[in-house]
Amino acid sequence: MTDALVRTSGITKEFSSVRVLDDISIEIRAGEILGIIGENGAGKSTFIKILSGIYAPTSGSIEFDGRRVDIRDAAAAKRIGISLIPQEFNLIETLNVYENIFLGAELRTGGGLLDRRGMIAQTRELMKELGATVDPAASIRTLSVAQKQMVEIAKAIKVESRLLIMDEPTTVLTAREIDILFGLMRRLKARGVTIVYISHKLKEVRSICDRVMILRDGRFICLEEADALEIDEMARRMVGRELNQIFPPKRRSEGAVAFRVEALAVPDILSDLSFEIREGEILGFAGLIGAGRTELAEAIMGIRRISSGRIFVGGRELRIGSPASAVNAGLAYLSEDRQGAGVLTSFALHKNVTLVSLAEYAHPLISRAKELEKTRFYVDQFEIKAPSLDARLENLSGGNQQKVSLAKSLDTDPKVLIVDEPTRGVDVKAKRDIYAFIRELADRGLAVMFISSELEEVMGMCGRVIVMREGRAVGELTGERITEEEIMYYAMGIKGGA
Amino acid sequence: MRKRLPFGLKTENALSLGALIVLFVLSSIASPYFLQVQNLLNILKQVSYSGIIGLGMAFVIIGGGIDLSVGSMTAFIGAIAVLVVNWLGGGAWAIAAAWVCALALGAVSGLFNGIVVTKGRVAPFIVTLGTLAIFRSLTLYIGNAGQFISQSDAYGNMGMSSVLGVPTAVWVFFVLAFLLSGLLNRTRYGRYVCAVGSNEKVATYAAISVDKTRLLTYVITGVMVGFSGVLLSSRMNSVNSSNTAVNFEMDAIAAVVIGGTPMTGGRGTIWGVVIGAIILGMINNMLNMLSVSAYLQGTVKGLVIIAAVFIQRDSSRRGSRA
Repeated sequence: MTDALVRTSGITKEFSSVRVLDDISIEIRAGEILGIIGENGAGKSTFIKILSGIYAPTSGSIEFDGRRVDIRDAAAAKRIGISLIPQEFNLIETLNVYENIFLGAELRTGGGLLDRRGMIAQTRELMKELGATVDPAASIRTLSVAQKQMVEIAKAIKVESRLLIMDEPTTVLTAREIDILFGLMRRLKARGVTIVYISHKLKEVRSICDRVMILRDGRFICLEEADALEIDEMARRMVGRELNQIFPPKRRSEGAVAFRVEALAVPDILSDLSFEIREGEILGFAGLIGAGRTELAEAIMGIRRISSGRIFVGGRELRIGSPASAVNAGLAYLSEDRQGAGVLTSFALHKNVTLVSLAEYAHPLISRAKELEKTRFYVDQFEIKAPSLDARLENLSGGNQQKVSLAKSLDTDPKVLIVDEPTRGVDVKAKRDIYAFIRELADRGLAVMFISSELEEVMGMCGRVIVMREGRAVGELTGERITEEEIMYYAMGIKGGA
Repeated sequence: MRKRLPFGLKTENALSLGALIVLFVLSSIASPYFLQVQNLLNILKQVSYSGIIGLGMAFVIIGGGIDLSVGSMTAFIGAIAVLVVNWLGGGAWAIAAAWVCALALGAVSGLFNGIVVTKGRVAPFIVTLGTLAIFRSLTLYIGNAGQFISQSDAYGNMGMSSVLGVPTAVWVFFVLAFLLSGLLNRTRYGRYVCAVGSNEKVATYAAISVDKTRLLTYVITGVMVGFSGVLLSSRMNSVNSSNTAVNFEMDAIAAVVIGGTPMTGGRGTIWGVVIGAIILGMINNMLNMLSVSAYLQGTVKGLVIIAAVFIQRDSSRRGSRA
């Protein structure tokens, strides 16, 4: 049990002479679940990308099972027995489950044709082993996020991985799905598979991991038994200082109604949604994944076609139908899908900040100086860490990208801000910053629509919460009634009618 | 802070500019005639016609599309311009009318491509492959597969004219490059073209009208084809319905790509197109002077295109941080 499966010595990685990983020498024990935690930009992802052959270290060496190995690429890692389950899945959407699992290692019949039946049977066997209910012949497109993750894990297990690396696997899962995943991880561990587990959710790390490694600014901070580390202590060592209250104090809002939605409907997705938000109020939207919360935001923003409904901003009715008219009316949307719909990673930082509000800077030629000036303002206000004001966004960590996305939404000077999973995949420090900014914006009179699957933050931020299920608002909770249990009762249909 | 270069040049231009300089030095060593002013002006003039189209093509490619129809569209518009000049008697007014018709026809043709691509949701490769065939066929039909010959000396003189010793076509090429470089780098529209080509969904969420932005890239290209059509037909004072501007789409795309604009869209440079066009022209010129068979010149051109993309393939992204 105490044999080292992996031993790294002096692993260091530099990108254009910036050191992002500094001299990491650790042992990963055979059969353990090792958690890696740290703020965004701490070097977690870089470390596992080196282990799985995506990056080559600038210096340092890796021993696997007692032998020095050179993990040149992902295929080499796979041959050794190292599999990475990335945050963004590597599945081909147009193929079905068994085709993905056997991709590149297809079974053949004697005649050289594909052995479809054999592959389906083996896939079914794998899924049974994992305790997952996924049809081997289903198209990936039709699967839920949790099911896709199961397919990724099945892929890794099929090649008899000895080291399974999971990069924030629970970010997109619901509580029930997380339980299933953890059960699976324990079973894998019992079979002798070693797991490296990256997460921002410290509670989960503590409950599932044997040991925890903490990184900060690319440096090794500690590697200890999970039982020996209290959650507060983890957070403290991650940021290197005391973290006090993570949520800003709530305030009661008595302002005028700033935003009103009447009987909004989207065929097959949303039915008869009505609510209003006052100036300075943060209204929470809770519910399970698929309850229609993101779709609601998209409908309001004119991205999704509605069948009926009216929207009022500050008493004036909004012509629904295009994102441009929504923005002009004073709405701003922070998308849940940061890289897919929020920011342009290949664009410079300042060009992202001004993307929505560009008209302000162009008369008709864009003033680069004004753009940079405004960008500097947001960089200071939101404490965005970036190499320069015009650095490409892909050189920023996830948390900083999210702050840029928020800056972009705010630069239109909106009256209503819709945030959708605002802290997804963001570290503790950035989370606290973002909560504080949102509170501050509300205090300045903005109406905030706060969509989140993290109950803790819904409870911490909102004075009133609407719970959605299957495209309907099934419950509204205020004050003391906003509890985890109460929200789940409504979300799962135990309360609030079928 | 990244260093900014004058005249809207970008650091992305460094590679193609370097290649241009190397080629220039090699050519001047290889042939004593290369450095003669007349020869250099000839090279510039040769590349201006497809180069002007390349300027528009850059917008289309940056926005995530492609336009294969530009070559036959040039012949078609050139032919119409010649007909207009003849109908109206060949004087100054006739030439002015030819310009107006050519530019308007270019805009309308581009609009057609753009509408089918954006509203019709047909892949740009297919749409413009179709219009490539349509424009050539219309030109052949109207001209009975023969020549459109201008009866105006003034029109031909315009095509051969120079200003301050530099051919008019070269002036037009550079002025348009200057204007379009400004449009790409300094206006909202240019920024939006990059955004749309980089990630359509992010652009949509940022309240950018994706269809309108993309549609306009085809209109810009059509207008550039209008310029090229008049300049080219006036240089020859005629249009050959089967030969004129054949393969211009390849030259235009090659100039864009050699200049450093990736086919995947999202970013690009206008001055790169100018550099790319000149590189192509210099290679042709050198091969001529070294009396390499005209049949082999296509091979060299092909190899250069592939090599240019090979060298520039996403070098800026490798080793970057995820």
